[in-house]
Amino acid sequence: MSEIRKELKYMSSHEWARIEDDGTVTVGISDHAQEALGDVVYVETPEVGSTVNAGEEAGVVESVKAASDIFSPITGEVIAVNEALEDAPETVNSSPYDDGWFYKVKPADLTELDDALDADGYAAACEDE
Amino acid sequence: MGNKTPLFETHKAMSGRVVDFGGWDMPVNYGSQVDEHHKVRTDAGMFDVSHMTIVDVTGPQAKAFLQTLLANDVAKIESAPGKALYTGMLNEAGGVIDDLIVYYMGDWYRTVVNCATREKDLAWMNKVAADFDVALTEQPQLAMVAVQGPNAIAKTQQVLPKAAELIGGLKVFQGAAYGDWFIARTGYTGEDGLEVMVPATEVVGFWQALAEAGVQPCGLGARDTLRLEAGMNLYGADMDESVSPLEANMAWTIAWEPAERNFIGRAALTEQKAAGVKRKLVGLVLEEKGVLRGHQKVIVEGCDETGEVTSGTFSPTLGYSIAMARVPVEVGDTCLVEMRNKQVPVKVVKPSFVRNGKKIF
Repeated sequence: MSEIRKELKYMSSHEWARIEDDGTVTVGISDHAQEALGDVVYVETPEVGSTVNAGEEAGVVESVKAASDIFSPITGEVIAVNEALEDAPETVNSSPYDDGWFYKVKPADLTELDDALDADGYAAACEDE
Repeated sequence: MGNKTPLFETHKAMSGRVVDFGGWDMPVNYGSQVDEHHKVRTDAGMFDVSHMTIVDVTGPQAKAFLQTLLANDVAKIESAPGKALYTGMLNEAGGVIDDLIVYYMGDWYRTVVNCATREKDLAWMNKVAADFDVALTEQPQLAMVAVQGPNAIAKTQQVLPKAAELIGGLKVFQGAAYGDWFIARTGYTGEDGLEVMVPATEVVGFWQALAEAGVQPCGLGARDTLRLEAGMNLYGADMDESVSPLEANMAWTIAWEPAERNFIGRAALTEQKAAGVKRKLVGLVLEEKGVLRGHQKVIVEGCDETGEVTSGTFSPTLGYSIAMARVPVEVGDTCLVEMRNKQVPVKVVKPSFVRNGKKIF
């Protein structure tokens, strides 16, 4: 059974969002997603300074098996990307919620995340797949 | 619920992630398919291939039957029992119904065909067999384990001490009976190794003994990246009934001599050769970021016709993406692949990338 963290918000397309203490939002993909994708070999993150839009494509994660778009859970300016994934994309597999994060956003409107799934809702969405 | 091999519960117990494969519940990996891949290239790994279909061909006209049924000629393997031959089985139009291995067993033959094509293969083989005095007998009581990698043979010998001498004497592409087992030095990875047919009742013990000897259980995921690096075709991806072996890098498996051997598909292939073959299967290499995938469009400079990626993956051994593609024969040293709405330049090479752990292009 894959891990679903209580404190995170989720998209049914398997991205997670974490509201940090400073009001920024960190984005990654869930444990369930990395398990389904298998060994991750490339991650394409958005550029720092660019704007991502909620529900729109913000990057790509490629595993040996498949390519999968990353949809941003939130609108805002990208203020950091996880450059470590360039050389060690497998971090997404080993630490999807911590070291394997994708990018950080300065959110335009945090209430966008009110519509996201909580842990129970996401667990139910995974069950239905 | 799909078909299950005798190793199904063992895969579950070893945390194999099970998926549907051609109607069979098979492990795709046991954690990381990349780790499994590396283990086969550097040490030893094992694959449950019990889903494959074993059909024995017996009877006074077994040889004549196979010489009609198969594009390659079983006369090539008569020199010693146990010798193996890779071949296509073609339809009258010269399309590939399946690819298979046939072993010469003395006065009979053993064939191993793909699981996803089992029913149509058996129907076709039985139809052709109607004109011959032969019997076709499936061997569902046999499981099959492929043990592959530079240390695969030594580790199997360690597990089967009584068969060690027999195994040590096998040449590449040769097998031998060991009681009601059959052990062959063949595989689908580009590494040395064995494929072992073993009664279903004994396969769990064999698998566990191999695991204790340090042989890594590997799933179908690693099997696919290994075979693609080795440049071995996958039926249904790199060729099928609509594709000629001449367009699938299988020309070497067609035995044109003797000219009087009238195998099924011969007339069509002869016509194709005379008319000129328009497409060929090549290897593609993408050293930049990104992964080539099946069905991506291939653009060849100066050609109106486009090609298509037939199999693509990330190569764990090389650290970048490789693929097989069917393209117009005019292709040069490079071409373009349409990937996610971009045209990306790739190198064109022979469709063979890694052998015995080393890059070969």
